[in-house]
Amino acid sequence: MEYRKDYFAETQTQDLTEVGVTRQRSDALGHVTGKTQYYADRQFAGLLHLKMVRSPHHHARIKSIDVAKALKVPGVVRILTAKDVPQNIYTILCLIQVEPNDEPVLAFDKVRFKGEQIVAVLAESEAAARDAAAKVKIVYEVLPAVFDVEEALKPGAPLVNEYHGRNYFTYEGHHCRRVRHGDVERAFAKADHVVEEMYQSSPIEHAPTETTGCIVVPDQNDRYTCYSNTQALYFTLDNTALILNSPFHKLRLVGGTVGGGFGGKVDVITEPIAFLAAMLTKRPVKYEYSREEEMQVSSPRAAERIYIKDGLMKDGRITARKVTLYVDAGAYSRHSPYGTTKAAAHMPGPYTIPNVWVDCHCVYTNRTPSSAMRGFGVTIGDFALEVQMDKLARLIGMDPMEFRILNAYRDGDMKAHQKQVEGAALVECVQAAADLARWPIDDRSKTASSLKREV
Amino acid sequence: MTRKRGRGMAAVNYPTGMNLGGDPSQALIHATTTGSFVVTLSSVDLGQGLKTVMAQICAETLGVPTDNIIIDTADTDTGPHCMGTFASRGTHRIGNAIIMAAKEARAVMLEVAAEELEVDSNDLTTDGAGTIHVKGSPQKSISIFNVALAAHFKHGKSISGRGIFLQPRSYPEPETGKMTPATCYAHACTVAEVEVDTETGEVAVLSLKSAYEVGRALNPRMVEQQIIGGAWMGISHALYETTEPYYPDRAHGPVDFNQYLMPGPGDLPEFANVVIERPAADGPFGAKGVGEMTANSPIPAIANAIFDAVGVRVDSLPITPEKVLRGIRALNA
Repeated sequence: MEYRKDYFAETQTQDLTEVGVTRQRSDALGHVTGKTQYYADRQFAGLLHLKMVRSPHHHARIKSIDVAKALKVPGVVRILTAKDVPQNIYTILCLIQVEPNDEPVLAFDKVRFKGEQIVAVLAESEAAARDAAAKVKIVYEVLPAVFDVEEALKPGAPLVNEYHGRNYFTYEGHHCRRVRHGDVERAFAKADHVVEEMYQSSPIEHAPTETTGCIVVPDQNDRYTCYSNTQALYFTLDNTALILNSPFHKLRLVGGTVGGGFGGKVDVITEPIAFLAAMLTKRPVKYEYSREEEMQVSSPRAAERIYIKDGLMKDGRITARKVTLYVDAGAYSRHSPYGTTKAAAHMPGPYTIPNVWVDCHCVYTNRTPSSAMRGFGVTIGDFALEVQMDKLARLIGMDPMEFRILNAYRDGDMKAHQKQVEGAALVECVQAAADLARWPIDDRSKTASSLKREV
Repeated sequence: MTRKRGRGMAAVNYPTGMNLGGDPSQALIHATTTGSFVVTLSSVDLGQGLKTVMAQICAETLGVPTDNIIIDTADTDTGPHCMGTFASRGTHRIGNAIIMAAKEARAVMLEVAAEELEVDSNDLTTDGAGTIHVKGSPQKSISIFNVALAAHFKHGKSISGRGIFLQPRSYPEPETGKMTPATCYAHACTVAEVEVDTETGEVAVLSLKSAYEVGRALNPRMVEQQIIGGAWMGISHALYETTEPYYPDRAHGPVDFNQYLMPGPGDLPEFANVVIERPAADGPFGAKGVGEMTANSPIPAIANAIFDAVGVRVDSLPITPEKVLRGIRALNA
């Protein structure tokens, strides 16, 4: 890795000794020698294993649940259903006032995606728990399902989530998160070119080496300790206390070693039910996703559909950008309402465009709920934006690097969300990348700066 | 069969910290009797090196060697609140909390040293190697080991500090979207070079060359590791991964690593990376978050390189050999 100290040279500091210096990661040797202790390496006498009975249907009414045969399987200790969960309906981001609570810990009246958890079986061994889970009898009435974000928003589409009453998240009375800046329609009318394109992504799994899970252990003093691989201890602690109607001080989270996070371990799914099981059985309980559960049941990165319509002048200036973006949240909110706002805030990308119109929709469908994943709200948006930029540059025969530099934001410019740009450095990154890849750019682009807009 | 080469580029920015703020983190610091410093957090190190960078930030602020710092974290019974490790927030939020706590602890440390040396604490400085001395006269000095002992057993003073960082929450104006999503942004530009097999539709990424502006690279090798690890994930997102290959159809979902494809070590391209530093006004020593964004620019850069190579635009991810081949056939139809 090379430094380019010639950029922003006046801001360099010489007197730092401990930062700016490479030091080996404190956990590196433990990881590469296989000596790191993960939560699942902890041994507890009397450990119970939790296995989930999951929905085989994308959307169905639950007519009845019969656990009689499952309870007779040798080694089964207890079976939990929605009736055992004190506050069964929750949403993770209630901690930052996102409403409404829209997701059951254990489904009871309906299932809204294939793989949704309904009945938790606790047994002395994994095999017994799995055998018993297979013997739980659930009668379903299959309902019509919807899988496409734009289909879900049409009148007459099956209603996915009754807690919202409609197939989208409502932002302060609006059906989407909006950004309005200038007048795009006027600018389109005056533009030399108007280019409208559609981009699509599919759900993506975090694919951690270590699947999501936890062990909850009853302590001697009526407290419970959860050894978890969560990325956010207090997200888990606070949500669990609310779900279980438990005093916060009874719960303790211990973590800090994670075999791959990437946002997948910001959800709060395994811990609340494991805490509940430990409280009801007074025994240590382990709930660990299998690889199949990690891949098909844990939240993926949302699929997004993005329409971008740009107004472009022959000289390379983008004068208008209209973005209609759909986040496929799946059946429940989890972190998607937050990610959708982040997507809106990110538009129109790191460029100064005088007219911007953004509608970002958080849409419910009958698929595995999507949630946090590395850069969510931005990653897929950047794919769409930067492929669009390539198309625009080629349309007018301009070099794509020079096209980026021309339109890149500079200090003092106004962003679409009405914040003045500070600390811009896109121009310099494009210049440095052009140098690195020996990609020739013209003199005007070479001398451009984020500090001021050249006249 | 022909293998065609092409190159493409993409430029991106990325916000540091939770969108709209409102995500506090705390840090507590205390000195042991022998002059080690324990930083107590409840933050989670995901393997990206958070604990190491937090120790470096603490050491720099205190003016002691990084080896003297112990990071005690990830237990809610002992650690003060942290929102969590996500949203590229760890270095910025927790780092700022540690600087605040370390400044308070440093002030006590210098007061005790001043009493021991019978000088004004304003005249003292640290040498970064474990000694406090009078500015301009290094021979009038005391070791931090002796300062910590004296603080405990002679002066009855706790060399400790409390820190918190909170970017106050912004509430978007619902009509216009007026808001403060973040206070600082990192930047990147990536050039991808690919080779496309026109018979199979397979894409090989030959090189990824990137420039990153990260505010301040607090630990340069770990910045580079993020850039390379994220680029790998970007290649994977661009060309390989999905849990629903026929989205929006739910069928044929992979359930293990035999079915869920990712690039292997042999699929890694040549990397070249450049780092630019434009310190953020509110970053710890100017640092911005460089965690999540490193997957982002490689994806469109690869898509644009594929177009450059074979003239096919695939606007849906992942860009599988099937989609590339269908595109090539449509061109030749």
